[in-house]
Amino acid sequence: MRIFGLGAIKGLVVTLKYLFRPPFTTQYPENKLDISPRFRGNNFVWYEERCTGCSSCAKACPLGIIRIVTHPESHQQVGNDYKIDVFEIDTGRCMFCALCVEACPYDALHMGGDFEKADYVREDLVITTDQLREGTKKPQTQFRPQLEDIGYQGEEELDEHEAGRWSL
Amino acid sequence: MSQGNESMNESEKNIGGTESVLLNLGPQHPSTHGVFRLRTLLDGEEVVDVEPILGYLHRGSSKLAEERSYTQIITLTDRLDYLAGMSNNLAYISALEKLTDVEPPERARYLRVIMVELMRIASHLMGIGFLINDLGAWITPLMHMFREREKILDLFEMVCGARITFSYMRLGGVSHDLPEGFEKSIAEFLDDFEKKIEEYENLLLGNEIILSRMVGVAPLAGERAINCSITGPNLRASGVDWDLRKQDPYEIYDQLDFSVPLGENGDNWDRMVVRIEEMKESVHILRQCMDKLPQGPYRADTDFFVRPPEGEAYGMVEAPKGELGFYLVSDGSIAPYRMGIRSPSFINLTVLRELCVGWKLADIIVNFGTLDINVGEVDR
Repeated sequence: MRIFGLGAIKGLVVTLKYLFRPPFTTQYPENKLDISPRFRGNNFVWYEERCTGCSSCAKACPLGIIRIVTHPESHQQVGNDYKIDVFEIDTGRCMFCALCVEACPYDALHMGGDFEKADYVREDLVITTDQLREGTKKPQTQFRPQLEDIGYQGEEELDEHEAGRWSL
Repeated sequence: MSQGNESMNESEKNIGGTESVLLNLGPQHPSTHGVFRLRTLLDGEEVVDVEPILGYLHRGSSKLAEERSYTQIITLTDRLDYLAGMSNNLAYISALEKLTDVEPPERARYLRVIMVELMRIASHLMGIGFLINDLGAWITPLMHMFREREKILDLFEMVCGARITFSYMRLGGVSHDLPEGFEKSIAEFLDDFEKKIEEYENLLLGNEIILSRMVGVAPLAGERAINCSITGPNLRASGVDWDLRKQDPYEIYDQLDFSVPLGENGDNWDRMVVRIEEMKESVHILRQCMDKLPQGPYRADTDFFVRPPEGEAYGMVEAPKGELGFYLVSDGSIAPYRMGIRSPSFINLTVLRELCVGWKLADIIVNFGTLDINVGEVDR
């Protein structure tokens, strides 16, 4: 004979146990979860010294949101005669697939760690060339196994010599 | 004549001259799992007719694919069934690998199966969680299941850097090898998750309200399910032993030891229990994969802008919601000439009407919940 209500009480015992367990959630704006070193965030890291303006990233982008303007002029990177005038990423339409980072043959473009980006105007979501030049250079290890090999966790800033597969 | 029509005629007889009421459930309804509309005709509280109205989330994935390169399309497939992105990736890549004759290395095959099985657990958790939520258990069971899904998403974030839109699979392998410490994390998760499944069973499977709402409600006969092309857990709940992992083994499923849980009556209860049993099997598969995981390369050497030879290919996998197939036609150029998607959620919807007609309005939500559709995949 089945006692009606026994199953519900059994279920309530499960919930009762949770009264004595620590909470799993975090209070978001005050406490933030740690992100993985491979996280694909929106603080893109771009090393102008490494970039040759080849536009591989722009071709790989499924949405075509990377804008690159170059003009012929000798540049510090060996074998390259182009200087970059404009390098813009419209993160308002970016879906953070990291295909641009995968496509970059010179390790000039890296994903960044931040995930909080809200603005009042769409134009503010475009990362301009100056912002990329002056922004913090904390690349993520997404598609950059050389950073994982040295045990980099995405916490300190790296210069253009450290971030690539080879030093300039 | 279908079962649905018979019960409709019967209920029409019972009306006795009363006027039926047209009720729109959705498109903005919390129980429709997305932007989805059910046009229901009610006689009192009894359902006379149900018509699903689709297309609110149509993004034209097939058409968008025609102007993207083969690698870029992977990002589109993430967004079909957004609760099971890895499975969509794998289905698309299996079609592309048939088209290009690329063989992935052994380790890549294992990594794919690990990710897809984790994804199956996450998807079933959401399926059951929202179903119980719709039943009136409000948020508690759902939050328990969100917690476990969160741990799976953390594992995915470790591996590929994203939590929902993974774009993890690549032609001839996967995009990343496992990070340091993944083996430990997944072992911890699996140990913990087995206990959590027990907890779910204690919480849900004995509850009298859930039993009375689900046992024997909206049964679907196995033969009828086959005729309606139902796939996935919904088909197996009706007692039909059909799982692509067994019937047409892809990747490394033929080397793994697992069973396919089956239901008996195909009622709401069976459809839920089959999903819980499948999660247990997935844990079993994951343990085997982590034990057997070979060393070696994780990706074959392929071009970013691959140009497959002219031809066509159809690749299918057992996604959490059923058989997911991608049909690719290549004209030898950088982008496919045509991409067709056989999405399980869309085809599983064909039985919705006959499951609901003759039952009460409150049962619609439960019947709809047990089908476990995802509107991103229905509308594509």
